[in-house]
Amino acid sequence: MDFSKDQKHFKMLAKDFIKKVKDKEISVIKNTEKILKEAKNINKEYSYFNFISEEYALKQAQEIEKSIKQNKAQGSLLGLPISVKDCICTQSIPSSSGSKILENYIPPFNATVIQKCLQEGAIIIGKTSQDEFGFGGFSTNSAFEIPKNPFDKTRATGGSSGGSAGFTQATSLPHISIAESTGGSIVNPSSFCGVYGLCPTYGLISRYGLIDYANSLDKIGPMAKNIEDIELMLNTIKGQDPKDSTSLNQELKKSKIKKIAIIKESLGVDKQIKDLILEKLDSLKIKYNLISLPITQRYGIQTYYLIAMSEASTNLAKLAGLTHGSQLHLKGTFNEYFSEVRSKFLGKEAKRRIILGTFARMSGFRNAYYLKAMKVRTLIINEYKKAFKKYDLLVSPTMPILPPKFSEIEKLTPLQNYMMDILTVGPNLAGLPHSNIPAGFINKLPVGILFIADHLCENNLIEIGKKLK
Amino acid sequence: MEINKELIQKIAQNARLNLTEEEIKEFLPQLKEILEAFSTLDKLNTAKTKPSFQPIEIKNIYQDDISEPSLPQDIALSNTKHKKNGFFQGPKAL
Repeated sequence: MDFSKDQKHFKMLAKDFIKKVKDKEISVIKNTEKILKEAKNINKEYSYFNFISEEYALKQAQEIEKSIKQNKAQGSLLGLPISVKDCICTQSIPSSSGSKILENYIPPFNATVIQKCLQEGAIIIGKTSQDEFGFGGFSTNSAFEIPKNPFDKTRATGGSSGGSAGFTQATSLPHISIAESTGGSIVNPSSFCGVYGLCPTYGLISRYGLIDYANSLDKIGPMAKNIEDIELMLNTIKGQDPKDSTSLNQELKKSKIKKIAIIKESLGVDKQIKDLILEKLDSLKIKYNLISLPITQRYGIQTYYLIAMSEASTNLAKLAGLTHGSQLHLKGTFNEYFSEVRSKFLGKEAKRRIILGTFARMSGFRNAYYLKAMKVRTLIINEYKKAFKKYDLLVSPTMPILPPKFSEIEKLTPLQNYMMDILTVGPNLAGLPHSNIPAGFINKLPVGILFIADHLCENNLIEIGKKLK
Repeated sequence: MEINKELIQKIAQNARLNLTEEEIKEFLPQLKEILEAFSTLDKLNTAKTKPSFQPIEIKNIYQDDISEPSLPQDIALSNTKHKKNGFFQGPKAL
């Protein structure tokens, strides 16, 4: 499929599209029909959506067009189509988080980020495919159709926000996706699909309405074709939320980029990837140094997975076939019924992580695993904070490899899968904002460059993204 | 502590999962490999380190004691088929 058609709109910034909508140069209904048709066509081959909300989107478009005709329409996202990762609750639109245990779950409420987007006039076109509950780095752990890389259908999109990244690349029309990251699930697929992705400071964007993976690690963030769209969506959805007690009441800091450092341990990746990243950095004409983060690079994976699995095993305890989600005929005792439902509808990776997380929290093992990981997390946070006393941005490749073939992924052990997150778990553990910027191509496959900033320094990421265009 | 079939079965019971023999057989070597890798954290001295349960320090959050409408009962029950007389219905307690 040729994703480069309709070049006129391909490069249109969301803000320019929205201005044309407000000036009545673009019909919201016609544009929505166009992107829905495109989404359905792309989905037949690439499976970026678990659900395309056609009826809902057209109804929204009609209401917006009516208010535009009455000169009452306003909103920073007016008429803009958005896609939403399936783990973010959208009222009256199915939200499964990629799992059979939540198949056909229809949330009775909107997540705060969704409510904000709707208030600004955005149009939800569908829910994007992902690894079940975010458990994976290739979107191959989805209980439904697996999304395919837009540049090569035999390869993965990355994960867990694979559908969001894939469609963001594939669509020819202005669009932004709202994705989610726990250990790298925004920047990983952004890198593999050649799009921009930004994971914000922990707590900057409300998690209310996010079907959780790990509460101290989850962040919602945007994916887009350009940095300006990222900036637009970030500023729309950030802000303290009384419904999320971990959300921050602090402003973003002004940008300041004077000193940059490359993470030394990250340069052990494939030589072609390393060379491309260095070439991209050289084009900035900003002097950069080398910095070593030995604790993060050597112990980040273990620390991340122990914390994430422990928290996930607790969060998934609510899925038991009683109040919502997939259900069976009531028989046996509570424990027998719960066990039967969970065993039938949870996927293999979900079960593996529940077992590991439950073990790590168990009496007799908690100190050695769960608490130990929490203490090493402190060491990792301190290592980054020390680095940010000297530097404004840290840099590395986003992923250690090019997007792999599905046949290669099948041969990986679970531990080898987890090791793919080596470059992204660090900023996620420390709650630091980080972004993927497309750096170029190797063998026609996209490569991304990862920038990490200090807490609340998202404007550094935006500025560097604009400089690197 | 040895990671064996009995331990996995005990953990699965705590987690409300019925693992099949095939699943246990598949998981056992994988879990051993993973836990061995995770145990390398022992190399770090964290005796005087406080744990970070959150990446950014969160202080106690307060809200005014004002009652607001809660989710209506019919909406709360809308995603289940197991309901009776306005209540969630479950299996036997014992």
